[in-house]
Amino acid sequence: MMFFGRKTTFAHGIHPPESKDDTSGERIRQFEFAPVLVVPLSQHIGKPALAIVREDQEVLRGQCIAEADGFISVSMHAPVSGTVRRLGLTPSITGRMTQGIFIEPFPGSTQEIMGGTPIDSASASPDEIIRAIQAAGIVGLGGAGFPTHAKLRIPDDKSVDTLVINGAECEPYLTADHRVMVEHAADVMAGIPYLMRATGAPRAIVAVEANKPDAADALREAIPDGAAITVEVLPVKYPQGAEKMLITALLGREIPSGGLPLDVHALCVNVATTAEIGRLLPQGAGIQERVITVGGPAVKRKGNYRIQIGTPIRFVLETVGVEDDITRVFLGGPMMGQAVSSLDIPVTKGTTGIIAFTERETGHVGNTTVYPCIRCGHCVEACPIFLNPSTLGLLAINDQHQQMADEFHLMDCFECGCCTFVCPSHIPLVQHFRVAKRAVRKAQAEARASEVKA
Amino acid sequence: MTSLQKTLEIRSSPHIGSGNSVDTIMFHVVLALVPVSAYSIYAFGLTSLLTLLTAIAACVVTEHLLCRLNGRATTVGDWSVVITGLLLGLTLPPGIPLWMVAVGGVIAVGLGKFLFGGLGYNPFNPALVGRAVLQATFPVALTSWPVMPADRFSSLPTSTLAWPFVEPTYDAISGATPLAAWKFEQQTTATADLLFGSTTGSTGETCAILILLGGVYLASRRMMSWHIPVAILLTVAMFSGILNLADPTTYASPLFMLLSGGLMLGAVFMASDMVGSPMTRKGCVIYGVMIGVLVVLIRVWGGMPEGVMYAILLGNAAAPHIDNLVQPRVYGSAKTQEGGT
Repeated sequence: MMFFGRKTTFAHGIHPPESKDDTSGERIRQFEFAPVLVVPLSQHIGKPALAIVREDQEVLRGQCIAEADGFISVSMHAPVSGTVRRLGLTPSITGRMTQGIFIEPFPGSTQEIMGGTPIDSASASPDEIIRAIQAAGIVGLGGAGFPTHAKLRIPDDKSVDTLVINGAECEPYLTADHRVMVEHAADVMAGIPYLMRATGAPRAIVAVEANKPDAADALREAIPDGAAITVEVLPVKYPQGAEKMLITALLGREIPSGGLPLDVHALCVNVATTAEIGRLLPQGAGIQERVITVGGPAVKRKGNYRIQIGTPIRFVLETVGVEDDITRVFLGGPMMGQAVSSLDIPVTKGTTGIIAFTERETGHVGNTTVYPCIRCGHCVEACPIFLNPSTLGLLAINDQHQQMADEFHLMDCFECGCCTFVCPSHIPLVQHFRVAKRAVRKAQAEARASEVKA
Repeated sequence: MTSLQKTLEIRSSPHIGSGNSVDTIMFHVVLALVPVSAYSIYAFGLTSLLTLLTAIAACVVTEHLLCRLNGRATTVGDWSVVITGLLLGLTLPPGIPLWMVAVGGVIAVGLGKFLFGGLGYNPFNPALVGRAVLQATFPVALTSWPVMPADRFSSLPTSTLAWPFVEPTYDAISGATPLAAWKFEQQTTATADLLFGSTTGSTGETCAILILLGGVYLASRRMMSWHIPVAILLTVAMFSGILNLADPTTYASPLFMLLSGGLMLGAVFMASDMVGSPMTRKGCVIYGVMIGVLVVLIRVWGGMPEGVMYAILLGNAAAPHIDNLVQPRVYGSAKTQEGGT
């Protein structure tokens, strides 16, 4: 509902070209199996999972192949029925090598998915649901990769009055969540009761941006009778999908600096994650695939594909075909996605999109000269958390990292990229801030270490 | 697949940009100044054309040489130095000796811009620095308004080509500018004359309509913060309006104050210069109000008829401090959060 005086949106932000038309109408298609799949043991924030298979062992699709190591960790499941060829290092999007399980599919297997103990959203206890979500290997599918079950456990001194299901998908090019909402609205509605029960939230809001009216319609139709679930359509603006922005837009509450949505009695879960919970928990199964937008001007057969976790990016791109003038590939949307350093990186649970650009897009309309800051203030007008990127940028050039953090709230920056997008001087502000944040964290860690010694 | 064998580039996000660029912004400012410049050439003839060309040439050559001397790549291509040249030329009286124009250009870029580190680092509007130095050095030439010859497109006032360091001679001096006439002789000028530029004045300041048109063009393309000119003009109108209400015989009407002198050109094209103005909207409004108040103070009670130049330079000096005062409140940094609904 829109009331007088409060618009359902947040302040500042930008309107990049949406570039979603190529894939938003494409039905989700099942992707083929790669000759070898690599399941990294760390696809989430927290401790890597512990492998429970050995070389040459045969695994069934959906079988648990690695178990959670501690609370902030999740299980991994075989994306394919096949043979474990080896356990070894695989490149990852962070640039580091990580441990992974290499699986070679059986040719001609039916690839039936193995299930487990079903969990019922009405009768299971919150604790059972939380453990089942961890066992299903579910992490935030919006890209952050934070184990979902970990944020469902509400501390005794906190409470949740609103569960926010994030279907904003504000990143250009990405339409995976959009298609999930249109085609699997029932899964979303099946997933919400688990989350409400686990957290004790009395109501849920599914937030959808206005550029996806078909998704909002499908969701509204799928709401079960009597459920305390509403669908809210928000004006299109980037970065609406950021937790802080979305909660401010929907509820008018501001998450305190350094705090969590829980501090304002809200909890935010991505819509694809919710759909996955609704799909897997009734069968007791684990994540073995996810919907990914494969698009961008350099991709020939653009679309939304259900791709096995562990499929190498190279195999995906070879299968869909790429243009000869491909120059850059990144995972996620163009605003926050990370460029891949190696095409042998496998698809992980956090991969929302595989987008490939050609010379034309990466040339930034033919002009990449970096000019000095002319203090135009466009970045100040764009920053959704009201930082002063211009001042921060000038400090960053002089390595004044501590001052950036102490006086200009550097650590609140969540790297949405709005400032860099609008900057007419083409200053790589976000990159400066990433470097600075890392330096500040390192300094803090060193300070703590020396305190311990003393 | 061969295309996947080629080297892919790794860059940090975001991978797309708005396509906005400093050189495009600057180029559009130049475009917005074209009608004003064209009118000044129409109104004052050849001398105005030569003044503008000399100012631009002096600024461009100075910047190019200084870049070269310092072993930097030349920055002439970003168009900002062309704006400096144009604005300097537009603020000078027609018929001013060209060698003075050239001196002004060298000072504007050398002292006003390059000495501080070039584009983006200059605290003051370079064109106004150049003009301020000229005003202090050659007060007579900067306030003499020669009568334009009848065949203004084919001949020049003698003063234009005066030799350097030789007192220029004027064939005939025209009437005072509207502001000077009002200040020293208590005469007002018709509003229509001010709007359409049929008055005496600096080459580019006489036609308010064309200046506003350029401003609207830039604001509509989001290449200028419209808050600054609007704040300045509203402040001047309100302040002088109050004075005029109190005593209409001593104080000029707000309309006259708005349309006379360099206020329009200064408010629209110089005070709004991004480099010298605050970054936040709130800051821009404070800055605009401050300049507006200063303009009226200097015009009414100062020793000179015109105060726009000094008002903007003072505003430039205050801009970084205004920015410090109105730093936006960062998201989530409020004292306490109200909970629940």
